[in-house]
Amino acid sequence: MTWGFSADEWVIVGLSLKIGLVAMLAMLAPAFALAWLLARGRFPGKLLLDTLVHLPLVVPPVVTGWLLLLLFGTRGPIGGWLANWFDITLLFRWTGAALAAAIMALPLMVRAMRLSITAIDRRLEQAAETLGASRLRIFYTISLPLALPGIFAGAMLGFARSIGEFGATITFASDIPGETRTLPIAIYSALNSANGEATVMRLALLSIALSFAALILSEYLARRILVSDHDHGV
Amino acid sequence: MAFDVDVRLRRGEKVIACAFRSDSGIVALFGPSGAGKTSVLDMLAGLVRPETGHVAIAGRTLFDASVGIDLAPAVRHCGYVFQRPRLFPHMRVRANLRYGRPRGDPEGGPHGLSQHALIDLLGIGGLLDRWPWSLSGGEAQRVAIGRALLSNPHYLLLDEPISSLDHTRRQDILDMIARLHAFTAIPVVYVSHDQRELDYLGGTVITLS
Repeated sequence: MTWGFSADEWVIVGLSLKIGLVAMLAMLAPAFALAWLLARGRFPGKLLLDTLVHLPLVVPPVVTGWLLLLLFGTRGPIGGWLANWFDITLLFRWTGAALAAAIMALPLMVRAMRLSITAIDRRLEQAAETLGASRLRIFYTISLPLALPGIFAGAMLGFARSIGEFGATITFASDIPGETRTLPIAIYSALNSANGEATVMRLALLSIALSFAALILSEYLARRILVSDHDHGV
Repeated sequence: MAFDVDVRLRRGEKVIACAFRSDSGIVALFGPSGAGKTSVLDMLAGLVRPETGHVAIAGRTLFDASVGIDLAPAVRHCGYVFQRPRLFPHMRVRANLRYGRPRGDPEGGPHGLSQHALIDLLGIGGLLDRWPWSLSGGEAQRVAIGRALLSNPHYLLLDEPISSLDHTRRQDILDMIARLHAFTAIPVVYVSHDQRELDYLGGTVITLS
């Protein structure tokens, strides 16, 4: 035992961090692409896409989990295809828990990134254009670096949301010790067991501490966006 | 012919129209604020597309509505100094100055003026390692002029480059623009609403109303 955590509890913490990290990293590129599209794009169906991206924020998580079951279950269209061709199963695996966490984290990540893309001063991109830069070079040298605080803020938010995910995860990936039993799921099962109070207390405090750290970092980065927006002499 | 310009653009109720032909290397656009001076520069730079007309500068056709020519800003080789410096906030002065370099000659400076001579002329040699936010308005504007010139432009657009500066700085920058033009003979379009600036610089004056 270290810091009062048992070996089982350390497994839970490690699994939660792994799932949170994988979910966040996997969503980084898609979230940025969606944020860019929603911030800059003009296309029919934009409102629909915007709504779809935000849906996991308001739909009951158990419904999201059930939809994942339908799609990614062994007989679902995507799940069956993955099983047949790649021998990959997500159901009841930690990868499935990461998928559920990723879907739930997506809206928060897109929101933070979109905000920072909207905050980019388009006149700087114009200046780069008159200096002979191609669209690609402008993206890599101007737009992307200026959006970076928002990308980090979105990543931190997504990570925090992922390690807190409960409803969709327990519906889709179930509660399997060492595989899908993350912090919130462990807290829930400890609550339901006879002598679980001490475990609940320890794990609850830990998840509060983790969320606190991630949120404070994300807020700090979000503020950097506002500061750089008001830079004098630009 | 340095300039052969005839552009027309509708902005809501207002029509912005500007036509001039000039062999003089400096053309000044004069007129009250709101007359569309900046819009004309944006059309010369290719950032805004005119509805009709044509733009030819230094013998090169950049835009011609009648034959469907419309070069992108990135290939117009235009040095545009905006009303506010628009320095890239995440790059030091040195990187800002270098941003347009790939297009220019890697060793030499613009129009026979060496890179070092230009930096000396602008008095920005001591600022190279500074961040844009740490510069005064005058310093930032001189860096912006340097950045535009180091991209080796075929023509220079200056949008009230000294309007935000105090009086002593104004005279410095005006002197510098006059010296630059004397050195490089690069065609310049200069926007101002101050008659004294135009008298000082000379050249053809086009009045927008």
